[in-house]
Amino acid sequence: MKRTIFNNQLLPWLLLAPQLAITFIFFIWPAGQAIRQSFLREDAFGINTSFAGLNNFQGLLGNAQYLNSMKVTVIFAVSVTVLSMGVALLLAVAVDRMLRSSRVYTTLLVWPYAVAPAVAGILWWFIFNPTVGIMPYILDVIGYDWNHNRSKTDAMILVVIASAWKQISYNFLFFVAGLQAIPASLREAAAIDGAGPVRRFFDITFPLLSPTTFFLLVVNIVYAMFETFAVIDSTTAGGPAQATNIMVYKVYFDGFIGQNLGSSAAQSVILMLIVIALTVIQFRWVEKKVEY
Amino acid sequence: MIENRPGLTFLAHLVLIAGVLIVALPVWVAFVASTRGATDFMSGTIPMWPGPHLIENYSRMLDTGLSTSGTPPVGLMMFNSLVMALSIAIGKIAISMLSAFAIVYFRFPFRGLAFWCIFITLMLPVEVRIVPSFQVVAGLGLLNSYAGLSLPLIASATATFLFRQVFLTIPDELTEAARIDGAGPMKFFRDILLPLSRTNMAALFVILFIYGWNQYLWPLLITTDAQYYTIVAGIKRMADVVDGLPQWHLVMATAILAMLPPVAVVIGMQRLFVKGLVETEK
Repeated sequence: MKRTIFNNQLLPWLLLAPQLAITFIFFIWPAGQAIRQSFLREDAFGINTSFAGLNNFQGLLGNAQYLNSMKVTVIFAVSVTVLSMGVALLLAVAVDRMLRSSRVYTTLLVWPYAVAPAVAGILWWFIFNPTVGIMPYILDVIGYDWNHNRSKTDAMILVVIASAWKQISYNFLFFVAGLQAIPASLREAAAIDGAGPVRRFFDITFPLLSPTTFFLLVVNIVYAMFETFAVIDSTTAGGPAQATNIMVYKVYFDGFIGQNLGSSAAQSVILMLIVIALTVIQFRWVEKKVEY
Repeated sequence: MIENRPGLTFLAHLVLIAGVLIVALPVWVAFVASTRGATDFMSGTIPMWPGPHLIENYSRMLDTGLSTSGTPPVGLMMFNSLVMALSIAIGKIAISMLSAFAIVYFRFPFRGLAFWCIFITLMLPVEVRIVPSFQVVAGLGLLNSYAGLSLPLIASATATFLFRQVFLTIPDELTEAARIDGAGPMKFFRDILLPLSRTNMAALFVILFIYGWNQYLWPLLITTDAQYYTIVAGIKRMADVVDGLPQWHLVMATAILAMLPPVAVVIGMQRLFVKGLVETEK
């Protein structure tokens, strides 16, 4: 709270006007529309609309495709989170040992953050392309017939790798910062007491890193659920047979390609509730960190 | 490092080198592909070393593009991406600073409500409210325009919070001194707040530039006129060929060009980038 303030009543509104105008036109109004549409039924030509109550939501929860999409989203989000955080933690612990070379390694590891998810998708799609890609060629040598256009598992692995690859750099930076914040004296004391590197990691480093880990867990789940749209669209487009049709992709697909506005809006509302829940969790964590 | 264990250090180097190689692998493969000719992908063996067509492929894409996919020259798409990324970054910083200034330095009715209105934007990614947002932009006649590409993405709760934090750390004495000297609010803003938050602005700019450049779904939806295609959304249109195989060498050249500007920003301004990344998550 500021003690010294300016006594002006009109000026603050003028200053806020651009932000509030854009927020209202592009955020609050569309969100309101999504909520309104989620309770309406619209015919295929958009001529007649009628109040449908909770029908759209009930329809979704009884819809095998939507339930499948939820399942796919959970598998996808958990895999991306575990893979990218696991690799990032390993690299961060390794960089933490380095004195002189840590800067060079950091530079060489952080740049994928800047690569667009859509481009990341295209790159991995090319590497795993069944006709010209390198990976299917290598996998063929060990006797695995890779084809993400046919196999559901292959398609899921492809989108998980492409999404996790891009997120490693972000997790890495935060893990490195978290590791550097742990006082060296604690680990030194443990070393004097005779604890080896592995023991020190699990008994000292990892527990003290838990605020960072928890924060990254939420960020990565949000990333996997909402920001990987471009990865999916540029690689599998939700296929084959709905195997990679995550919830965010289904909102777009049902709304724009399927033209089922009521159902798409209901899905939007469900996703908004999930985002709000995740944001609340994240903010509660921030409050905790202050006391920590 | 706690104790000297050469074996462990060696292992750490090994892990890091493997990590660097795995992280770089897709880009290397794309780069190699972008230096090859069209026939190199027919043979079934995959080239691992660059070929002789580097300049030819890149200059062809920049000047004329891949006309069969209906996309304009990559040079134009990069220009569109640049306009979009700069408008988003500069626009976000400008409107967030103004609103943070209003919230921190003034007391007015409904201040809390205004703050919450801004906060809500944090919770609603474009992907979630995609259909109604599209209807709003279409209704305003902003399809196929730079305003339509950037305006809906300009509001940002994160940036407003960041500047609020920054302003709160600026000592009250400065404000008092400015007021005693007869400076009005806008003069105070321009002569004291702006210079003091210069590094925060720069750090935020790096993050927002990358964010704007990498937008995909939004430009894909609202641009139907090839003149307004952005490069990230354009690649997908190139890779989607209805009949036959994609022109891999040209698609990959475009992919390399699409990642070049943001990657250069991250590597060139690494310190600001890390600062921006950590600050926006607070």
